[in-house]
Amino acid sequence: MIKLVDIHKSFDSQAVLDGLSLEIPEGRITAVIGPSGEGKSVLLKHIIGLMKPDRGQVHVDGENITAMRRFEMNRVWEKFGMLFQNAALFDSMTVFENVAFPLEEKTRFSRAEIRDRVHNALENVGLRGIDKKYPDELSGGMKKRVGLARALLLNPRIILFDEPTTGLDPIICRAIHQLIRDTHERYGYTAVIVSHEIPEIFDISDLVAMLYRGRITEMGTPEEIRRSEHPVVRQFISGSLEGPIKFI
Amino acid sequence: MLRTFLEKLGAVTIFIFREMGRMLIFLVMALVNIIIRPGKPFHIFKQIHFIGTKSLFVITLTASFTGMVLGLQGYYTLAKFGSEGMLGSAVALSLIRELGPVLTALMVVGRAGSAITAEIGIMKITEQIDALKTMALEPFKYLISPKIVGALVAVPLLCAIFDVVGIYGGYLVGVKLLGVNPGAYFHEMERSVEWKDVWSGIVKSISFGGILAWVCCYKGYHASHGAEGVSRATTEAVVMSSVLVLVWDYFLTSVML
Repeated sequence: MIKLVDIHKSFDSQAVLDGLSLEIPEGRITAVIGPSGEGKSVLLKHIIGLMKPDRGQVHVDGENITAMRRFEMNRVWEKFGMLFQNAALFDSMTVFENVAFPLEEKTRFSRAEIRDRVHNALENVGLRGIDKKYPDELSGGMKKRVGLARALLLNPRIILFDEPTTGLDPIICRAIHQLIRDTHERYGYTAVIVSHEIPEIFDISDLVAMLYRGRITEMGTPEEIRRSEHPVVRQFISGSLEGPIKFI
Repeated sequence: MLRTFLEKLGAVTIFIFREMGRMLIFLVMALVNIIIRPGKPFHIFKQIHFIGTKSLFVITLTASFTGMVLGLQGYYTLAKFGSEGMLGSAVALSLIRELGPVLTALMVVGRAGSAITAEIGIMKITEQIDALKTMALEPFKYLISPKIVGALVAVPLLCAIFDVVGIYGGYLVGVKLLGVNPGAYFHEMERSVEWKDVWSGIVKSISFGGILAWVCCYKGYHASHGAEGVSRATTEAVVMSSVLVLVWDYFLTSVML
């Protein structure tokens, strides 16, 4: 389980996370929604330990990772996979090399085994025959799927998705959501998805948390969030211009 | 007025000391990783190829013209004292002790150092370094340490090539164009160049390789704010490593003379 307790984080005196507390249950898909610029990606980076809070604690499986030293973090990162907003593929490597890289560096598999596993991972995300392409030759949707294949390859227990469908057309968007659902059913990992895709994200999530002004305003099942009377949640999921969320 | 000045002075001083501290920690982390997690030889050979082999053309070109200029200048200066025969000695000592290591380092900074900063900087701003961390792959092991080891190996080798090509550049101008006796050119060189001179050149070029790789990797690793940030980091890396090479050269020369 992942537990965030009273997280505070500021950049140049501007508070991004302001006393945020959140519990993410194991083996479930938790979506974090909220207006742009509210610190959703910052929240993910705190969960995985890429950022340290100014105050507060992040617990992963009962361990306080905020107190850990740099070299201790590798042990925690073994549990994680992450799909970055822009996929963060290594741009000097081909698709095959990108996906094979963690296997080559962290396992003792033979070349043939690595090749089979990479092809299998790429096929699982619906990609074939693009082994020799470089990331800049791929569309946004393909990059995200390669990123997902790479994130899944070492069977992590927790996968974080930073806006996995932003900027993609509705069909690709649905395909990626389906892919997350399918792989989650197959591997049973704990997923945290940051997304703006309302209401599509409700279809694949077990829990939804609304982030606003540096705190979790409301958290519940997709149905509970849909029925929420909280004015911020109501305005956000209806996309209304009227309400407490100011867009200027 | 005075308070504002003192505040700014204090802020600049704190910034300088913080930056120096961060650079030192970065160096220690790189060295620790070189020792305890050296990584696969392939990554190091790749860097030796990138820093060394790919710099050969520019090093050969620079060395030949440096040697030729030394031959030309040296000849006319020595001719005033009737000592043209000392040309080989003057060219060789200048190159082996000073110009070889310094110019090799400056050329490598320009060709490979800037590329190292830009590469690491782009990886930083596009979250590729974060991606490495989240796969529990230590960025120092894959990105930084191989580059530092690569530079430590490649720069002295390039320097040796620089010295040899430069000496033949001086030979071309001094002997073939200006008529210095070829036997005198090489004999004087052999007589005046000692092992101590060669060693000082080797020590200098190894330390210059370490300095340039350290500074260029550090600047790239801490690049931020998009393309402009990478461009700024690259400029800072080239300027800082060039200046540090020259300062360190003075320090080493004063110690080793």
